[in-house]
Amino acid sequence: MKLTTEELQILAILEENHQVTNELIAMQLNMTEETVQKHIKKLEREKIIVSYPTLIDWNKIEGKETVEAMIDVKVTPQRGVGFDEVAKRIYRYPEVESLYLMSGTYDLSVTIAGKTMKEIALFVSKKLATVEGVISTTTHFILKKYKHDGVIIEGDDDKDRRMVVSP
Amino acid sequence: MIDYQQYLSKTAIELEPSGIRKFFDLAASMEGVISLGVGEPDFITPWNIREHAIDALQDGFTSYTANAGLLELRQEISRYLTRRFHVDYKPENQVIVTVGASQSLDLAFRAILNPGDEVLIVEPAFVSYTALVTMAGGVPIQIATKAENGFKVTPEQIEEAITERTKAILLCSPNNPTGTALSKGELTEIARVVEKHDLLVVSDEIYAELTYDQDFTSFASIPGMYERTILINGFSKGFAMTGWRLGFLAAPKEMISLMVKIYQYTTMCAPHMLQRGALEALRNSSDHVEKMRQNYWRRRNFTVQSLNKIGLNCHTPGGAFYVFPSIQRTGLTSEAFAQELLEQEKVAVVPGSAFGSSGEGYIRCSYATSIEQLQEAMTRIGRFIDNFNN
Repeated sequence: MKLTTEELQILAILEENHQVTNELIAMQLNMTEETVQKHIKKLEREKIIVSYPTLIDWNKIEGKETVEAMIDVKVTPQRGVGFDEVAKRIYRYPEVESLYLMSGTYDLSVTIAGKTMKEIALFVSKKLATVEGVISTTTHFILKKYKHDGVIIEGDDDKDRRMVVSP
Repeated sequence: MIDYQQYLSKTAIELEPSGIRKFFDLAASMEGVISLGVGEPDFITPWNIREHAIDALQDGFTSYTANAGLLELRQEISRYLTRRFHVDYKPENQVIVTVGASQSLDLAFRAILNPGDEVLIVEPAFVSYTALVTMAGGVPIQIATKAENGFKVTPEQIEEAITERTKAILLCSPNNPTGTALSKGELTEIARVVEKHDLLVVSDEIYAELTYDQDFTSFASIPGMYERTILINGFSKGFAMTGWRLGFLAAPKEMISLMVKIYQYTTMCAPHMLQRGALEALRNSSDHVEKMRQNYWRRRNFTVQSLNKIGLNCHTPGGAFYVFPSIQRTGLTSEAFAQELLEQEKVAVVPGSAFGSSGEGYIRCSYATSIEQLQEAMTRIGRFIDNFNN
């Protein structure tokens, strides 16, 4: 699908911060709020804008600390439906944060979130490994997140180091 | 006690202190200030460029380079000027890499001016132009542009200012502080006057990459002007590399050889490892540059509309990252306005008078800051004006 320059500009703004008001978008792009609204509705309808999630650092909250793991899963593809049926079986678990079909030495990459390492270990052994078609799993625990979805979690790369006034 | 006055240079003593300097000290002493007073990008240099400079340092590129800069970089600059602005310069003898575009300006004036030669400066203008001309022994002649003309200089104004001592015109488009960008047609009209009076043009094109509503036209690309133009550009604004201090100058080779001579005695060369980093800027960074440009464009639209809503009228500038609204309805001088705005609402702007007397009655607002900060600044300025009206 080919988008207009206006639509691409709207996406560029929303990608940085989806909480901006239509008024602010309109002012930045020299268009009316109605036009902005119309464009956004279309982008949502076409599923180009899929969702507006919020990036939360749960580990900063006492009692809400989470553990995440990325699991490499090898799968026997099924006749007619390939990997899709197995994928469906896996992504329906609410513990699954993300699921990708990969090229390379394994097939599915699954991200799991849980309260403890034990909880994740149990999920893998009891649920994931027993899904029909799954041949093997390799679990990698995430130790620290530096950057997620294009956002640097810690660090001061964004810090303004400029002088207050300059020519 | 030594009386230093008798030991010091009269020229240096008589130089006007920069109006920005005074304001800086005040703003820097306060907390929680939102600054629209910054004349540089809020973006950090793209990582690929930084990485190349790091590699250069790691690989031991710590020696001098040729006075005019690395030939490799001059070749890249030459290709860039052809690709982006359709002007052709030979890397071997028509390009110099300088320490910022500021030094390019200095070299240009030193190379062309004899004592008493007049240089026409279109005001409001960048703070250092007048001083640079004076230090090179020239006489700066100001041409005041008007808001109703969108701060564009007219051929008639230039004609009026020309005397038999006029050597050159200094043009800066897009302009700091007004953001005004001249069209190809407008530049062509100026070129006619230049030709008629046999003048040179020092064209400060440092904001070339930040042009919004029409394509940028280099003055050197106007028919007949190549021989008369000293083209000055650099990495600071378009590539977000202000602190690197890397600029460049392109001109007819007869001028360049003179400038290289001056340069070798004053500076030797621009820092080697940074020149290596700059190669990456010209080779692989056009996507970054375009992304930043679009970002500035969006902020410009927001800022212009916001200021006009508040009642501080401004034209829509075609380039750079400044808007130059009128504050005349407040009855304050631009310096008083800037000071009161800073004290009451903690928003720093630069008084227009810092850019020459024709800037009186205006302020320079830089929109090289995040949209969130701009929003907050506009809220504060709006409140300031409301309080003022009541």
